Amino acid sequence: MNFEAINESLPLYFSGTLTTLKLLVVSLVGGLAVALPLGVMRASPKAWLSRPVWGFTYVIRGTPMLVQLFLIYYGLAQFEWMRESIFWLWFKSAWFCAMLAFAVNTCAYTTEIIAGAIKATHAGELEAARSMGMSRRTVLWRILLPSALRRALPAYSNEAIMMLHGTSLASVVTLVDLTGAAREMNSRFYLPFEAFVTAGVFYLALTFILVGAFRAAENRWLIHLKPRQ
Amino acid sequence: MLHDFLPNILSGMVITLSVGIASLLMALLLGLAGAAAKLSKSRWLVGIATLYTTVIRGVPDLVLMLLIFYGGQTLLNDLAPRLGFADAININPFVAGVMTIGFIFGAYLTETFRGAIMAIPAGQREAGIAYGMSTVQVFARITLPQLVRFALPGFQNNWLVLVKSTALVSVIGLDDMMFRAGLAAGATREPFIFYTAAAILYLAITTVSILLLQMVGKRYSIGVKAAQL
Repeated sequence: MNFEAINESLPLYFSGTLTTLKLLVVSLVGGLAVALPLGVMRASPKAWLSRPVWGFTYVIRGTPMLVQLFLIYYGLAQFEWMRESIFWLWFKSAWFCAMLAFAVNTCAYTTEIIAGAIKATHAGELEAARSMGMSRRTVLWRILLPSALRRALPAYSNEAIMMLHGTSLASVVTLVDLTGAAREMNSRFYLPFEAFVTAGVFYLALTFILVGAFRAAENRWLIHLKPRQ
Repeated sequence: MLHDFLPNILSGMVITLSVGIASLLMALLLGLAGAAAKLSKSRWLVGIATLYTTVIRGVPDLVLMLLIFYGGQTLLNDLAPRLGFADAININPFVAGVMTIGFIFGAYLTETFRGAIMAIPAGQREAGIAYGMSTVQVFARITLPQLVRFALPGFQNNWLVLVKSTALVSVIGLDDMMFRAGLAAGATREPFIFYTAAAILYLAITTVSILLLQMVGKRYSIGVKAAQL
């Protein structure tokens, strides 16, 4: 192990960590915001609401995120109208394309998680709310979502960790995230072991932080479902 | 344009599937060994297996793949002269891909198998031993058939994620489906068409996998009453 080279590259890794976190937060927040209404639609008994959402999640969950990223980053550039439209300002940037691809990907998985949690809601919970005279809208906001979103937490923590690892694909489209930092260190010093093991340690630390944060969230919001001692 | 390159991409699909199946075999072996180790009484085995599953599941596939491909290469370059090889040994991307993906999904399957084995009541194993079966017979006749049943849903998930991660081996230069779609995209300047073709083929693989595994699931849950509300 050449610790001098690692030490020298640490600033690179820290700025890479920042890039990774930015990508992660933007895609998780964006994905979750869209997944909420989609999840409610997906759980709806009306086929015209749930089937199109199912189609979306099936296609996204059935194809690799790398393909989705390449489709957005390289694929859209094929079209003349795209290159001449005002959106091109965004779509020519690797940053925007990576965030969009990651957000769309996590959105599909999160939609299924939320829909699953909604469907697993006890029918009695909703019947009780209705019989108390709440409107459907009130039941949705006051009973269904608070209860379902809490129960979605454990599955969502898995998804967030998968997304943290997924952001490593950003290095393939020229962004210098944690993996990109490792690749840059490798090409600078030709020390692949040091470069990628360091990145691995960083990712492991981030994973543990995420796991800890979600455990704290579960203790805050899911305490009522913990097995009694 | 598309039909000129389609045979080429389809033969890339064969490579994608070979990588997937070869790494699945390796992952199955590692997963069974890992689950056995985690459920064993030896504290050492439990510790090693826990370290394995924690570290592997905490680091992105891409980083592990780059580590094994580039890091393994420098290791071999150092070792080759000492072992008496005159020429350097080159790691081929197929082997690196299979080793990495097999190693990663061995960790995920360890958890899947561990959960499945724990779902089998201990009394059944004890009853088998009380009837005079050897431990091998108990495993083959009592544990394994039920293990398949309990592990199938988790296994299906692991396999679908595995197939999609094989797209990453294109990053280290294996000419799989993704790589060939990229070449065709570059040659024709029609990336959208070729990445869409790749996406459709991946979707076909996942769809066929789901259908096949559903049939296997039916076969292995014969005699089990489905719970209904």
